[in-house]
Amino acid sequence: MNDLSASSQITYRAVPVRPAVARRIRGLSDQALAWLFITPTIVLLLAINIFPLVWTIYLSFTNYRANRANAPTIWLGTDWYQSILTDPDIWAAMQVTAHFVIWTVLIETVLGFGLALLIDKKFRGHGMWTTIILLPMMLSPAVVGNFWTFLYQPQIGLFNYVVAFFTGRDASSFQMLGDVTLSPWAIVIVDAWMWTPYVMLICLAGLRSIPDYIYEAAEVDRASNWRQFWSITLPMALPFIMLAVLFRGIENFKMFDMVNLLTGGGPGSTTEVASITLKRAAFESWRTGYSSAFAIILFVTVFGLANIYVKALNRVKSR
Amino acid sequence: MNLDVNTSTLRRGLADRILRRGPLESIATTIIAAGVVMLMQPFFLTLYSWSFATTLFGTVMFTIVSKVRE
Repeated sequence: MNDLSASSQITYRAVPVRPAVARRIRGLSDQALAWLFITPTIVLLLAINIFPLVWTIYLSFTNYRANRANAPTIWLGTDWYQSILTDPDIWAAMQVTAHFVIWTVLIETVLGFGLALLIDKKFRGHGMWTTIILLPMMLSPAVVGNFWTFLYQPQIGLFNYVVAFFTGRDASSFQMLGDVTLSPWAIVIVDAWMWTPYVMLICLAGLRSIPDYIYEAAEVDRASNWRQFWSITLPMALPFIMLAVLFRGIENFKMFDMVNLLTGGGPGSTTEVASITLKRAAFESWRTGYSSAFAIILFVTVFGLANIYVKALNRVKSR
Repeated sequence: MNLDVNTSTLRRGLADRILRRGPLESIATTIIAAGVVMLMQPFFLTLYSWSFATTLFGTVMFTIVSKVRE
């Protein structure tokens, strides 16, 4: 009996003995442990985000060319910035971008809010319709770009046949992607088709956040549906609409994939948005320093817009 | 004497009203928006040339004033 109790005591004493590493970690303070856990993330962030940004800022002040990496690098100061900000071609690219941003955001907001109003009404099969409406948003831009290229084909494209059916024109008499006037609109149509559901989702969240008792009070006051829309629905959903506008504005300002797939910036330079110009300068002309300066200008613009976005988001949150 | 006290109180009140995060952030976002409009407008090349400086100033201002007390 005594032997048994002695052996169990020995076992009890043996349990707290830990390996050296575990003992060392156990000795760390909470703050040191926190640093231990977030250090890999910080290192990764520095390596793939901060370092390339700082390096791009540095390159934007030099004559560096990536295809002549061994050539001596000369410090040029703000020459590239002055060159870009006085270049009429880059200014034209900015206007093409503006055309694209303004029309896509306008169409997506109007259609998205309209769809959100419809979906917000409970009707038979509204879940199924919501899923169908959301489908384009779930597709990859590469897929969307490719199948819209087929839809826009003058000979076999469904889009041309639909337009021909409604207008009476010959289906092969116009080219959506090859015509100087139509090609910017071809891209606007595809972007609106793909991203209207996203705006609808945000607007729907706004509409669902309006309390029912406000409408009940309006009913008691005999306010018409039109009056309820202008005095309750629209003002209360407005912060959400602003959020959608800002988000789509930022996304479309840096749009590249869809334009590259559909037109590649052509015909001529009619659909050459800023990101396409940047890509041409960086990887076709190999003007790395110049394109770095251009990238920084676009980055500062997007960063500024993101600040407005954050402010709008805070306003929505505080509601 | 009394007048001095009132003036300083008034001045402090005005400074307190203006030097708050909300109004300063609004000014910064307005400058950023103006910079973006200047970048994309099709009318004056001079405005386009100054757009980057305007946006950069607004962005830096926003970053600083977002640290100011509420």
